[in-house]
Amino acid sequence: MSEQIQRIPVEITVNGTCYKREVEPRMLLVEFIREEINLTGTHIGCDTSYCGACTVILDGNAVKSCTLFAVQADGGEILTVEGLEKEGELHPLQQAFSTEHGLQCGYCTPGMLMSSLVLLAEKPEPEDKDIRKCLSGNLCRCTGYQNIINAVQTAAKDLREA
Amino acid sequence: MYPAPFCYHRPGSLKEAVGLLSELGEAAKPLAGGQSLIPILKLRMDEPSDLVDISRLPGLHFMQNDDGNVRIGALSTHALIGRSDLVGAVPILGDCANGIADPQVRARGTIGGSVSSADPSCDWPTLLHTLDAVIVCHGKAGVRTVPIREFIRDSYTTVLDDAELVTEIRFKVPPANSGGAYIGFKKSAPAYPTAAVGIQLTLADGDVCQQVRLALGAAGPRPVTSDEAENLLRGKVLTSELLKQAAEAIVEASDPPADARGSSDFKRAVLRSLFMQAADRAIERAAGTQIMGNHEYV
Ligand SMILES: Cc1cc2nc3c(=O)[nH]c(=O)nc-3n(C[C@H](O)[C@H](O)[C@H](O)COP(=O)(O)OP(=O)(O)OC[C@H]3O[C@@H](n4cnc5c(N)ncnc54)[C@H](O)[C@@H]3O)c2cc1C
Ligand code: FES
Ligand code: FES
Repeated sequence: MSEQIQRIPVEITVNGTCYKREVEPRMLLVEFIREEINLTGTHIGCDTSYCGACTVILDGNAVKSCTLFAVQADGGEILTVEGLEKEGELHPLQQAFSTEHGLQCGYCTPGMLMSSLVLLAEKPEPEDKDIRKCLSGNLCRCTGYQNIINAVQTAAKDLREA
Repeated sequence: MYPAPFCYHRPGSLKEAVGLLSELGEAAKPLAGGQSLIPILKLRMDEPSDLVDISRLPGLHFMQNDDGNVRIGALSTHALIGRSDLVGAVPILGDCANGIADPQVRARGTIGGSVSSADPSCDWPTLLHTLDAVIVCHGKAGVRTVPIREFIRDSYTTVLDDAELVTEIRFKVPPANSGGAYIGFKKSAPAYPTAAVGIQLTLADGDVCQQVRLALGAAGPRPVTSDEAENLLRGKVLTSELLKQAAEAIVEASDPPADARGSSDFKRAVLRSLFMQAADRAIERAAGTQIMGNHEYV
């Protein structure tokens, strides 16, 4: 390893905007999102790949952004919780988490939303067990999950009827 | 948590990747999905000088079944394998792929990374023992194929040399009168299995067991197999008494470590129980019943 710190140019599109930066190879995607482009809606919970609070959507897949280097996302398209709202209107999933009390402290919520969004894109009419399976990598210390399942079902219905 | 600094390389071809790895020497490591490696680097349990990102190498993202000869490219993710047509032909693949961790990990983690890590808790090495898979490796000296039984030497140790990459996994689709099941017992989705059992068996002429492969996972430094247990079953009608004897024989050969997931005795008890469940499911599938399978949660 040379003494000089390597910097790698990356181009990463986040919520429709392309960001060009030069990053250290060891920079995690979550740090890129939170510290390079200042989108702090994506949370770091465990930082050990378990809790899913850092979940974002990379090229259509939910991924744990604490378990990915920013350089690995070079050229990729990312959606974070900040990209859900459109023209001041909450996304139906966000709205449903609110009305169904799918959150308490809200720490896990950005990750829950991003995982659920991928599910609803694939399965517009999910069964509860599909939702549980989809959210099996997202931990919540507050809600006991039931209201989260209800929220995703409500959002699924709203999206189908929209 | 930041890993120690390293240099990052993104070669454009397999040849270039192997060349780079051999030039950089043993302090360099390949990076595939990163789902085993990045957590290790963040904990600074390893501090490689260089990472060679192989995740975009062309030609290693494929799955095919040519007349029963299956080939899976090393960069195929757990998620893609779990959703592929291969699962219809070889249901035990779906049991394994769809039971690994959670959707986020399955979207990134690769079968090549799983076998190369030789992590005793990883599911693919155990599963591939039940299919007598062959691992295709590319290195400086060219290509070689290594049966999975020889490929995994010990915990976290394979036959790969520093500049050698796994490029492909090969195995044959088991015959129509064969059935398999893989069951892992896990505390939650994003946790490695406490114990796992894979069974692939072929039944003929009035339920006589023609061929059988048994493997235990997370039950010792490497996947546990037992000729004795397999010989007990081969050529016999599978009664639950006989299956219990086989379970006893293979569990006897295991050495599950006591850790946060349970004591050795607890794990042996789990292995016996999983063995019987996996055997039932494998027998039903051999008889042609379609059953969805997956890991069991507490
Ligand atoms: C929260 C969590 C839970 C998990 N639970 C499970 C589980 O229940 N069951 C399970 O099986 N796994 C589990 N995993 C591990 C996961 O399956 C990994 O994806 C897999 O073990 C490694 O694949 P990878 O592509 O991510 O490899 P990487 O992490 O990129 O690499 C792993 C190792 O293999 C080497 N390597 C990678 N690819 C190659 C190659 N083609 N040739 C040679 N060397 C290579 C790397 O240098 C590294 O040493 C879990 C991971 C996490 C984060
Ligand atoms: S912060 Fe990434 S999984 Fe917990
Ligand atoms: S709402 Fe507090 S962790 Fe989920």
